[in-house]
Amino acid sequence: MIRHLLSSADLSKDDAVLILDTAEELLSVASRPIKKLPTLRGRTVVNLFFEDSTRTRISFEAAAKRLSADVINFSSKGSSVSKGESLKDTALTLQAMGADAVVIRHGSSGAPHRLAHASWINGAIINAGDGSHEHPTQALLDAFTMRRHLGDLDGRRVTIVGDVLHSRVARSNALLLSILGADVTLVAPPTLLPVGVDSWPVQTSYELDGALDKADVVMMLRVQGERMNDAFFPSAREYSRRYGLDTRRMRRLPEHAIVMHPGPMNRGMEITADVADSARSVIVEQVTNGVAVRMAVLYLLLSGSTDAESTEAREEA
Amino acid sequence: MSSHTSDSPRATTRTVLDEGDISRALTRITHEILERNRGSAGVLLLGIPTRGVHLARRLAARMSEVEGTTITAGSLDVTMYRDDLRLRPARALEHTDIPVDIDDRVVVLVDDVLFSGRTIRAALDALGDIGRPRAVQLAVLVDRGHRALPIRADFVGKNLPTSLVENVKVSVAEVDGADDVRIVGEGDA
Repeated sequence: MIRHLLSSADLSKDDAVLILDTAEELLSVASRPIKKLPTLRGRTVVNLFFEDSTRTRISFEAAAKRLSADVINFSSKGSSVSKGESLKDTALTLQAMGADAVVIRHGSSGAPHRLAHASWINGAIINAGDGSHEHPTQALLDAFTMRRHLGDLDGRRVTIVGDVLHSRVARSNALLLSILGADVTLVAPPTLLPVGVDSWPVQTSYELDGALDKADVVMMLRVQGERMNDAFFPSAREYSRRYGLDTRRMRRLPEHAIVMHPGPMNRGMEITADVADSARSVIVEQVTNGVAVRMAVLYLLLSGSTDAESTEAREEA
Repeated sequence: MSSHTSDSPRATTRTVLDEGDISRALTRITHEILERNRGSAGVLLLGIPTRGVHLARRLAARMSEVEGTTITAGSLDVTMYRDDLRLRPARALEHTDIPVDIDDRVVVLVDDVLFSGRTIRAALDALGDIGRPRAVQLAVLVDRGHRALPIRADFVGKNLPTSLVENVKVSVAEVDGADDVRIVGEGDA
């Protein structure tokens, strides 16, 4: 296993499958009378959030607590960061407090990478979203949700629609899904596709209607108003007419296809309320699965010996 | 998983139980469990992965035959409760499958080899988080001694005095293609 989780691309297929299989077993913990495992007792997990988040922070907190780790929540609001403390000094403080893992969300792409490679902190670094770069645990929980509905993802068609340019979720998903063998199609207006998208392991399209008939999964992305300081499309109404998922478009999907959204949703913009609440939608399930997947990531990164040369675990006779 | 055959010339492997011996031991254990608990009512067999699960299924099949009812064995993965997690690389979890509520039942844990007792300690902790059984009993195919904890088996296929440098290797047909129990000597661990 890798030591930090910074990008979906760092995962080998075996690592990714190991995380998903582990999550599958951990999912049942949520339905037990005692929703807790003693595995990470005495370990400290710091949630270092420089950007607002509901789902991801709570999900990581629940995951760490279900594994009996101690959780320290840090958000930049109300901390010394608002007095101008640098990432380095924040990191050194956490190291001095003995953090075994740091879950970081940051507005700047590459902040988790800096934290992992600058030797300020010894613990494992987990990227919980950095700028418009990556959000690997979201991709893992999405792949996990798809796998539960569709089985093996090899050869499955996944259509990701919307604001790909600002979406770390889209990038992490595209990378992870291609590692797992799925075919990914990105659908977006030309202004919302990133430069260099032709080097990604995906196909692209400007038309949503043509990408629905054969899709096994449609993933709608949030239009990220807070990152848009430019006019990327003429009007919200035109965007939702061309790229929004409504009931009429949902009917064109194959019988078994599922609808996903990483949240938070702009109902009426990229997805209509009837679609979001329909039987096809697995959006609430994604949140439940998120806890199990993050438990798996924390378990695999934090338990076990810290030997860099990790060899195949030998089974005890 | 350690390999089952070895070409090492220094290997001293001897087979202590063959297929027939294992089958007879399991049949005897089945009857002992039924006798002790006065039938199969309220008894739940839980195997500890990987080989304990297959042994538990075989006990369940024999028990179903004797009792004339269908008895399903479950499995209990104890990885998350082990005390040696920090000593080895993180490992994959095995499947846990508890077919019925364990509250107020007699749970019979089934494992292939009883050695230090640490696995069973972990299993008892895991059971405590799932529910509150009326009693917990332990059935093992081989008891090789060298306990590090105050734990003993209720049902034993064979007591096998071993030295600490030796390894006991249980093979079951479902995983390894054949049934046998071997003692693997020094140099072939």
